[in-house]
Amino acid sequence: MTQQLTLEDLAGDAKRRNRERRVKVLFVAAGLVSIAVSILIILSLAGEAWSFISQVDLSSLWTVGWFPRRGLYDIPTLIIATTIIAGIGMLVAIPLGLGAAAYLAEYASPRARRWLKPTVEILAGIPSVVLGFWALTFISPEVVARIFSSAKPFTMMAAGLGVGVLITPLVATVSEDAMKAVPMSLREASYGLGADRAVTVRKVVFPAALSGIVASMILALSRAIGETMIVFMAAGAVGGALRTFNPLDPGQTMTAAIAALATGSDQVAGQGLTFQSLFFVGLLLFLITLALNSLSNRFVRKYREQY
Amino acid sequence: MTEEPTTDEQLAPRPGAEQAELAAEIRAERKRVTGGTPDDAHDVIIELDNVDVYYGDFHAVDSVTIPVREKEITAFIGPSGCGKSTVLRSINRMNDLIESARVEGRIAYHGVDLYGSGVDPVEVRRHIGMVFQKPNPFPKSIYDNIAFGPKIAGFKGDMDDLVESSLQRAALWDEVKDKLDESAFALSGGQQQRLCIARAIATSPDVLLMDEPASALDPIATLRIEDLMYELKQEYTIIIVTHNMQQAARVSDRTAFFSVDVNEGKRTGRLVEFTETAKLFTDPAEQETEDYITGRFG
Repeated sequence: MTQQLTLEDLAGDAKRRNRERRVKVLFVAAGLVSIAVSILIILSLAGEAWSFISQVDLSSLWTVGWFPRRGLYDIPTLIIATTIIAGIGMLVAIPLGLGAAAYLAEYASPRARRWLKPTVEILAGIPSVVLGFWALTFISPEVVARIFSSAKPFTMMAAGLGVGVLITPLVATVSEDAMKAVPMSLREASYGLGADRAVTVRKVVFPAALSGIVASMILALSRAIGETMIVFMAAGAVGGALRTFNPLDPGQTMTAAIAALATGSDQVAGQGLTFQSLFFVGLLLFLITLALNSLSNRFVRKYREQY
Repeated sequence: MTEEPTTDEQLAPRPGAEQAELAAEIRAERKRVTGGTPDDAHDVIIELDNVDVYYGDFHAVDSVTIPVREKEITAFIGPSGCGKSTVLRSINRMNDLIESARVEGRIAYHGVDLYGSGVDPVEVRRHIGMVFQKPNPFPKSIYDNIAFGPKIAGFKGDMDDLVESSLQRAALWDEVKDKLDESAFALSGGQQQRLCIARAIATSPDVLLMDEPASALDPIATLRIEDLMYELKQEYTIIIVTHNMQQAARVSDRTAFFSVDVNEGKRTGRLVEFTETAKLFTDPAEQETEDYITGRFG
């Protein structure tokens, strides 16, 4: 005859349950704090931006250039410069990054891959201030100035190339992960039909990894748009910039404009409207990045070749 | 098909008269479906001659010699790890994808050494097609799956015709003709496997390697694949690896039985016996074969 089982036997230890409850409260609190901080940031951004837009003379948002000290807040100047620099960066990063990803995922021997992949990941961790300095002291005089004799020492071209180097590892590693995730069985199917490696990469692996590849590009674009230090150092025009479409001119991006205003290298910190324009640009930047991220999510869901 | 699925017991050799009876049965079944027992009239198309396969230092398969005859179905059977898939994959140089893999000995195709210098594995695979264990259609439309091989081979003719005839030969056309632009993933597992067969046929190979093509399928879908193999035999030489002894007995003309030697934890596969299927399943020359097919081993 076995012993009768009582409720106490299954009730467990009250101490243990209490501990579990405390741990749970701790984690929930940590989660809530990060959400609360994000909300506060957005609120303060939106509030200051609103106070800027409601006080500023709207015609000064569309003038000849970005000179906040003189009350000229030409937003297109910043958006054009941001687009040019991010565009040049992407032109560098897409072929280089995808090429590196294809090599690592499809061509490299396991041994080569074992040390190349971490190397690329380390490249992704180079502080942007180092790349900014490099863009200024190497890319600008040794690359840009040699190719384009009309180039000035500070150019959007040099900054764009620097940004390209910065985001290439991002494209490479995320795309490589996506390509590695394509099942071996699809490659075998392709090789089994008499496809060579190049065809297999182009016609089978790329389409199947497309969602990840596009995600990597959009991530890289977000990073390029949000990049500050390289453009701050290498694109020049710290005090302000004329509106220009020429990549060989100095230019000021949204991020560099904010940095200039906030660090006071523009000597405006704390000064009424000029200072508040910072929040307006910041909000704009935030919205652009948000839009890109949701776009990438939607794209990935819609066009992925599911395997 | 309405007949009862054959069980191991039914095909296992039984003493004396029953055994002869079963051999006759298998031969009769073959005659019914394929119109004859294998004879030596068919030329040898692929000749494996003392083939050894290594992965790095690991000796995976030891000294396999099998002549494969044209327009026959040759089955490779044996326990897990006996190297039957490894041998199959060395025939269309699929093992080249594994860097450390190395083949010694000679695999001749129409008399040409497939591992000779100047042989391009890509070209080999266009002549020797392959169907894999798990259906592996591309995440593309049914049409594009079939058109993939011909397109990369530079096919110039009417692609629509080729897609239709390939699907017809794989007995899939009627089921998919109205949804050629739908994703291949919308098909059932059995249909996907027939699609993969159609895809392999579309590049007009003359040999088809099938690596346990029905092991991921249900019994009905398996029977359809087996029926299809009978059909395909009229035009193609087929080599099939199978775990399923009944399947080998049902479909193949000749069977190679592989076994595995375990030596200090390393498993090396070897060929035990290669002969006419009806003979292998009823009157094997080797005790080892008999033990395996009667279920005493493996």
